[in-house]
Amino acid sequence: MRHLLSTGDLSRDEATLILDTAAELAQVGDRSVKKLPTLRGRTVVNLFYEDSTRTRTSFELAAKRLSADVINFSAKGSSVSKGESLKDTALTLQAMGADAVVIRHSASGAAHRLANWVDGSVLNAGDGTHEHPTQALLDAYTMRDRLGRLEGLRVAVVGDILHSRVARSNVLLLTTLGAHVTLVAPPTLLPVSVNTWPCEVSYDLDEVLPKSDVVMMLRVQAERMRDSFFPSVREYSRNYGLDGERLGRMPAEAIVMHPGPMVRGMEISAEVADSPRCTVTEQVANGVSLRMAVLYLLLGGS
Amino acid sequence: MRARKPTKGDTGSGVPAPASEVPETPDVPEGTRAVLDGNEINRALTRIAHEVLERTKGGEHVTLLGIPSRGVPLAERLARRIEQVEDLSVPFGSLDITMYRDDLHLAPARALGKTEIPAGGLDDRTVVLVDDVLFSGRTVRAALDALGDLGRPRAVQLAVLVDRGHRELPIRADYVGKNLPTSLREGVTVLLSETDGQDAVLLGPAKARPSPALPSPATALKGHASRAVPPSYRDPGSSSASSPGTGTTADSADNAGSKEGDA
Repeated sequence: MRHLLSTGDLSRDEATLILDTAAELAQVGDRSVKKLPTLRGRTVVNLFYEDSTRTRTSFELAAKRLSADVINFSAKGSSVSKGESLKDTALTLQAMGADAVVIRHSASGAAHRLANWVDGSVLNAGDGTHEHPTQALLDAYTMRDRLGRLEGLRVAVVGDILHSRVARSNVLLLTTLGAHVTLVAPPTLLPVSVNTWPCEVSYDLDEVLPKSDVVMMLRVQAERMRDSFFPSVREYSRNYGLDGERLGRMPAEAIVMHPGPMVRGMEISAEVADSPRCTVTEQVANGVSLRMAVLYLLLGGS
Repeated sequence: MRARKPTKGDTGSGVPAPASEVPETPDVPEGTRAVLDGNEINRALTRIAHEVLERTKGGEHVTLLGIPSRGVPLAERLARRIEQVEDLSVPFGSLDITMYRDDLHLAPARALGKTEIPAGGLDDRTVVLVDDVLFSGRTVRAALDALGDLGRPRAVQLAVLVDRGHRELPIRADYVGKNLPTSLREGVTVLLSETDGQDAVLLGPAKARPSPALPSPATALKGHASRAVPPSYRDPGSSSASSPGTGTTADSADNAGSKEGDA
């Protein structure tokens, strides 16, 4: 494995190796010395063309805990605003000796293009509406951590599937790992090609909820919407929002996940977001261990 | 191999050997010969347990840390021996050193082993590191680095089942099950019932592998261009490098014959 571009590229063994490695590295976060010398002398570039606090700081912390040098590069206030292309930026970074480039870009497929231009490893940290593999991996890690298994787990992914790279990465990864995924969304927020995805589709949240071990709520990505996809926020919230009443109808041990940032009162009520069954902050903490595992497996060897 | 026929349950100290279900005659693969069988391993561990107690004046502050993969069951066995001998419960755990290795860039990234530090921590304890084969000393160096990040032991000691020589660092073991002078053309394989279904130390030809030459600076700079070292390469001194079930092989390049030394 040289790049991490899509969860669809991962075999079951590779995905399990990443999760197991993350589980061992999670111990580092509990120690007084939260640092390993593993990637000393390696350089990781965070190349962010889209705003992101959580993912960028998570990758930065993960790289620093492995003793790598980290360069943060955001498109705002850089040569990109002067008109430099992605390829030229990539070649500049390579000339500076970057061993890995973590890229977030608003265009689907940007990470794949970058992988052809640089010698180092490319980690996809979200490309347009395509994929966000480390998010899916940390979600799978959190599920396994909380529920003890992935095989046979029933996972409902609810909300804006159309604009969600998290949903696509999760469907591919969870299917590889033996879980059953059901997408729940209004027909307007499902991609045309959804029937080719290895999962089930439902338009009725109330029907799916009692049969789910994990309910993953997605944010409605208003910034990517140029048309109206549903009549009103209130109606969306009534049909597809998770509130305390719906939470009560889920199985007792079922968990609620959200990749963040949450819009309270829209897809998730404050009551659910603050409930101990909601794993949002755990997902953030697990994200660091998971990204350490990925960086180690891509850069730690020859 | 010693001429004396090993007797079942004889550990040389009157302490019953718990691993008596281990077959007396090791199942030796072709081309290798057994230099220690199950009973001899038991006796060596019993002796080390006594030595640990003697040197640490009763073993009150001792914590045993095994280095994966085969150091871990050895540490556990030592803890049980000490309990039998002195009726003293000694905390034991495992210390994975993968992230501290100095040869990570020579081979593909390997899976991590378990690190489990006993509940009391390591501060002010006498930590005895336990490994199966002591060879170049690089694994022990990495373990010392790892310990430094986990706490501040009062003292660190080293116990190994086999010392095969060829040190590349100024490191020496405090407790040795057997000194085994080897040629670098030979490989030492430790089998333990916990991981391999039988107890034995085997001496055979070194596993074929290319010279562990460092990549030239030019290729090293390119990072992924330095993939020329095949995945079969393993660090000579390490037990954690081997995959489960294959036995630990410690091998490398050139020196004296295979005269057997006694511990």
